Amino acid sequence: MDALDLARLQFAVTTVYHFFFVPLTLGLSILVAIMQTLWYRTNNPVYKQMAKFWGKLFIINFALGVVTGLVQEFQFGMNWSEYSRFMGDIFGAPLAIEALLAFYLESTFIGVWVFGWDRLPKGVHLASIWLVALGSNISALWILIANSFMQQPVGYREVVGADGVLAKVEMDNFLDVVTNPNVLVQFPHVLAAGVATAAFFVLGISAWHLLRQTNDRDFFARSARIATVYGLVGIVLVIIVGHSQAQHMVETQPMKMAAAEGLFESEDPASFSLLTIGDWEQREEVFSIRIPKLLSLLSYNRLEGEVQGINNLQDQYAAQYADRYGEDADYRPPVAVIYWSFRAMVGAGSLMLLLAVVGLYLVLRDELTRVPRFLKLLPFAIALPYIANTAGWIMTEMGRQPWIVFGLQRTEEAVSPNVSTAMVAFSLVAFSVVYGVLMVADAYLLAKFARRGPRDDESDAPGESVSALAAAK
Amino acid sequence: MELQDLWFGLIAILFIGFFFLEGFDYGVGMLLPFLGKNDRERRVIINTIGPVWDANEVWMITAGGAIFAAFPQWYATMFSGFYLALVFILLALIVRGVAFEFRSKDENPRWRATWDWAIFFGSALPALLWGVAFGNLVKGTPINAEMTFTGNLLDLLSPYTLIAGAAGFVVFLLQGAIFLSLKTDGVIRRRAEALAPTLWIVVVAVAAVLAIANYAYINIFDKIGVNPGVMPVASSAALLAVGYYLRQKQFGWAFALTGVTILLSVATFFWFLYPNVMVSSTNEAFNLTVNNAAASQKTLEVMTVVALVFVPIVLIYQGWSYWVFRKRLTADSSLEY
Repeated sequence: MDALDLARLQFAVTTVYHFFFVPLTLGLSILVAIMQTLWYRTNNPVYKQMAKFWGKLFIINFALGVVTGLVQEFQFGMNWSEYSRFMGDIFGAPLAIEALLAFYLESTFIGVWVFGWDRLPKGVHLASIWLVALGSNISALWILIANSFMQQPVGYREVVGADGVLAKVEMDNFLDVVTNPNVLVQFPHVLAAGVATAAFFVLGISAWHLLRQTNDRDFFARSARIATVYGLVGIVLVIIVGHSQAQHMVETQPMKMAAAEGLFESEDPASFSLLTIGDWEQREEVFSIRIPKLLSLLSYNRLEGEVQGINNLQDQYAAQYADRYGEDADYRPPVAVIYWSFRAMVGAGSLMLLLAVVGLYLVLRDELTRVPRFLKLLPFAIALPYIANTAGWIMTEMGRQPWIVFGLQRTEEAVSPNVSTAMVAFSLVAFSVVYGVLMVADAYLLAKFARRGPRDDESDAPGESVSALAAAK
Repeated sequence: MELQDLWFGLIAILFIGFFFLEGFDYGVGMLLPFLGKNDRERRVIINTIGPVWDANEVWMITAGGAIFAAFPQWYATMFSGFYLALVFILLALIVRGVAFEFRSKDENPRWRATWDWAIFFGSALPALLWGVAFGNLVKGTPINAEMTFTGNLLDLLSPYTLIAGAAGFVVFLLQGAIFLSLKTDGVIRRRAEALAPTLWIVVVAVAAVLAIANYAYINIFDKIGVNPGVMPVASSAALLAVGYYLRQKQFGWAFALTGVTILLSVATFFWFLYPNVMVSSTNEAFNLTVNNAAASQKTLEVMTVVALVFVPIVLIYQGWSYWVFRKRLTADSSLEY
C-alpha cells in the first residue's frame, strides 16, 4: 500500500466511524425535542422522563459525533492538499458556513440544554433542544452541499493554468452550488435516514425493557408507540426519496448505477439484478439472475429506456477524457463493493419498512406490548439502520471513484504530495486505535444507561434526583 | 481595503476568540488533577467549563473552516505541512471532548482517573502545540515554489517555536487558575487563588524570553525596527497589571486583563505575519501571502456577507450562555459531569 491507498483507507475509516454517530444525532435530537414538547404542552411527567432518559443516551452518542467531526474538518488539508487547492474556492465555503451556522448553534445550546434543566424557564429550555436539533440538521445540509459538488459539480468555472491544463475550479454561482440538484435529493434522504435510525434505536431499547417486564412498562410502551410512528415516517421517506435519488444518479453518475446493478453492457429495456457475479477483473458477468425491464421501470418510470453498462461507459469516458488522462485510463469503480453495498442498504431498508408496518398495525390494535415474538426482533433491528447508513455512504463515495470530483479531478491527483506513507500509516493506526477504544467505552455506557431505565436516571447527581422524582410524582 | 485583507483580519479575530475562550478552558483541564484532590472537587472543576467548552472549541473549527474558504492555499499548505502535529492535536481534542462527557457516567475510580488524565493531556498538548504552530507560521518553514511544505516534524521544533509554545501553555494555565477562582468557592477557590500569583511570575518570565526571542530568531527588526509599537507594549502592560490585581485579590480584573494580554498578543502575532500567511524559509519569493493564497473574489464576497450576518448573532447567543451559567459552583451544587 502506498500513501494514496492509506489516505483513502483513513478517510474511509474516519468517515464511516463519524457517520456511525451522526444519523442518531440527527434523528434523536428531533425526537427528544418532540418528547420535551409533549411535556411542555401536557405537563405529563412521563414525557419529561422520556426527554431526560433518551436525552442522556443522545448526549453519550452526540459527544463522539462532535469530536470525530474535528478530523473531518481538518483532513481535507492534511491528506488531500491538492484537492483543497483545486477545489478549495468552492468546497471551503460550505464547510466554513457549516461551522458558523450550525456548529456554534448546536454546541452552545447542547451545553445550555444539559446544564439548564433547573436554571432556565421551561420554554427557554425547550427552545434550546430544538436549536440543538436545528443546528445538527443544518450541519448535515451544508456538508451535503459540499459533498454534492463532488458528485455533481455545478456553479463553477474552470481555471486553466499557464501550461494549458485545468489548474483549479472557482466559484461562479454560489446559489447554484447551494441548490445543487444532487443535494435536493441527498439531504432529505439523509435526514429521513436519521429519523429512522433514531426510531429503531428507541424501539429496540424499549422492546428489550418490555420483554423483561421491568417497572417502567408505561414509559417504554409509550416510547415504543412514538418511535413506531416516527420510524414509519422516516423509512417511508427514505425509500421515496431514495428512489428519486437513484433516478437522479442514472442521469448524473450512470457508472455508479451500472456498478450498483452489476450491468456490464448497456440494455434497453434494462433488467434489475437479483444476483450477479462478475469475473475477477469485473469486466463481464459470469452468472446472473435478473428481472427483465425492472431497472428501466425504476430508472424512468416506464418499461423501456436504455440504462448504460459499465463497459460502454468505460469506452465513452476513455474517449472523452483522453486528452487529460490518456486513452487507457480506467473509469470503473470497484464493482463488487458497489453492487453489494447497494444491496445491503436496500435490503436493510426493506426490512425496516416491514418491521415499521407490522409495528404500526400492532400499535393501532393496541397490541404492541403483547406480542413477544415481534418485540424480540426489535433489539436486533437496531443494527439495520447502521448497516444501511454505512452501506449507503460506501456506495456513494466508492461509486464515484476513480473521481474525487466527478469529471474534474481524479482521486490520485488529489492526495498530499508531501505526506509520506509512514506518516499516513502512523495517523491511520493512531486514529483507529483511539476510535476503537472510544467505541468500546461508548457502547459500554449506552448499554449501561439503556438497561438502567429512566427511574434512577439521576443517581449520579444527588441534588437532581430529588427534584426529578418529585416532578415524576 | 481588499477582501482578502478583511478575511485575514477575520481569521485573526476567530483565533483571538479561540485563544481567549479555549485558553482558560485548556487551563482548567490542565489544573484538574492538581487543584481537585478528590472526586467531588474534580467534578466541580469540570463543571465550571461543562456548559461552554464545546462552543469554545467551535472557534477553532470555524477558524480552520474560514482558512479553507478564504485562503485555500494556506489551508492546504499548513494542514499537510504540519501533518503529525495536527494528528496529535486532533487525538488530544477527541479524547478530551469524550472525557468530559464520559468521566462521571461511571462510578469506578479507575474509569474516572483515566478520563481525568485524558482531560489533562488532551488540554496540555494542544495548549503547547498551538503556540508551536503559530511560531512556525511567522518564523518560516521550508516551502517550495509549488507552495508545498518540504520539511519534517523536526523542522517545526526549534528554540523559537518551543518558546512560543511554552508562552501559550503558561498563559492558559494562569487564565485557567483565575477562571477557577472566579467560578468556584471554598477549597478549590482558595487553591486557585494561591496558585495564580506563582503562575503569573512564570508567565512574565516566559513572556520576557519570548520578547527577546522575537528579535533574535525572526526578522522583526526589518519589519518594525526597535520600537515594537503600541500593541505588544499594551499587551505587556496588561500582563504586568494582572500581577497587581492578583495581589489585590481582584480576580475579575485579573481575568479581564489576562484576556487583554491574550487578545493583544494574538493580534500582534497576526500583525507581524501580515501580509504573509506562511513564511517560506527556503526563499522569500515562495511566501504564502494574503494575495497568492486567497480564494476568488466571488467566494470572498459570499463569505463576507455570511460572516457579517452570523458572527454577531453567534456572539450574542454565546454571550447569553455564559450569562446563564454565571454563578459560582460549590461542592453542593448539582453537577452534570
